[in-house]
Amino acid sequence: MGFVSRGFRGKRRDTASSSRVPPGQYVVTDFPVLSAGPTPRVNLDQWTFSIEGEIDEPRRWTWKEFQALPTETVTKDIHCVTKWSKLDTSWKGVSVDTLMEGVETAAEFATIFSDGGYTTNVPLEDITGNKAWVVYEFDGQPLHPEHGGPVRFLVPHLYFWKSAKWVRGIRLEKDEHPGFWESNGYNMYGDPWREQRYWGD
Amino acid sequence: MARAAVLGRLTWQFGTLAEIVRETPRVSSLFFDVPEWPGHLAGQHVDVRLTADDGYQAERSYSIASAPTDKRLALTVERLDDGEVSPYLVGELRAGDRLELRGPIGGYFVWRGDEDRPLLLIGGGSGIVPLMSMLRHRARIASKTPARLLFSSRALADVIYREELERLGAAGDGLGVVHTLTREKPAGWTGYTRRIDEAMLRETAWPSEDSPAVFVCGPTPFVEAAASLLVAMGHDARSIKTERFGATGG
Repeated sequence: MGFVSRGFRGKRRDTASSSRVPPGQYVVTDFPVLSAGPTPRVNLDQWTFSIEGEIDEPRRWTWKEFQALPTETVTKDIHCVTKWSKLDTSWKGVSVDTLMEGVETAAEFATIFSDGGYTTNVPLEDITGNKAWVVYEFDGQPLHPEHGGPVRFLVPHLYFWKSAKWVRGIRLEKDEHPGFWESNGYNMYGDPWREQRYWGD
Repeated sequence: MARAAVLGRLTWQFGTLAEIVRETPRVSSLFFDVPEWPGHLAGQHVDVRLTADDGYQAERSYSIASAPTDKRLALTVERLDDGEVSPYLVGELRAGDRLELRGPIGGYFVWRGDEDRPLLLIGGGSGIVPLMSMLRHRARIASKTPARLLFSSRALADVIYREELERLGAAGDGLGVVHTLTREKPAGWTGYTRRIDEAMLRETAWPSEDSPAVFVCGPTPFVEAAASLLVAMGHDARSIKTERFGATGG
């Protein structure tokens, strides 16, 4: 028998959802906010979304063009490295597969970049194949700035810091470059089911 | 660099509770002896893990309150009534009990004390905790970096570290401590009695021309308000570091 915290019983999860909650996480019903700096105020008239880097002809959409792209509505569980998980969150936006359609690239990695200078790195194969979206609605409403609005990245199978708020584009790269939190002690990959929170996990 | 303090695998280790200090009716500081503690930077946090006798576990993160050079690792915890971990830490845990923790975590919301530019700390409620680590660090290394703390609490009885902040602010080493109370105006009170607003920041904060290093920590609406005001007043968004916590968790 391992260590036991004397006198600790804890609040048990309901069994129906427990198989959906990764180790070390607990379920919330509200939507906590975590950001490293002030919330940027984004002007949609000047907003663009770009795919650049290892690509012959970089792609760029204005807000109007982006809104005209085919959308998907997805319902996903999300897992924040600060331990909360939120189940059945509903998002509307554009699949990365749609944005990447017909792109030939030698890249194996991507840096997602945002207003305010935030970046995060992901393997390209983790954001293609119906795994990631660029979303602008949460729960049927325009995405609130605190939660990354007008537009955020969504890659729900990784810890939520990979789902960059205020996203502005994807930079395709041959090598992996640590992003903001990945340079500040957090895991390069961030799989919640393997509890890859920090360096060395 | 922060790297030095967080490099390598963060393994779970035991701290033994040495002392509990009640800060307010809802908040206590817990001082741990952690034999294998690798050291930390002011502003970092730790993960805490509790294990029930049937193997059930719960994890949470808590900011470190102690200075890097302090002998014991201090956590200051607010008891959330509907929380899972905080009522255990503030209420059940006794001196001599062991607690599993790992850290330090986070290399961004940190103040090393090696910068010349002034330090501006804005805290709401238990958001004071990582800022207190910075102020304790500043005092321990006898830093003369000009520093100001603007600390918002609900009522006088809720002011965490009140006496220690009074001492630090009276030391004459360039630290100014300003309080505001949002739900009470005690007799003889000379601080502010309202939520943080632009006029208050203009009176207490370093102007943007002084390029202060700014740390804001508290509940989300508090942090959103303070950080947005500072940006509107001309402060460089990249100089404003924030930590937010919601009503959930605990």
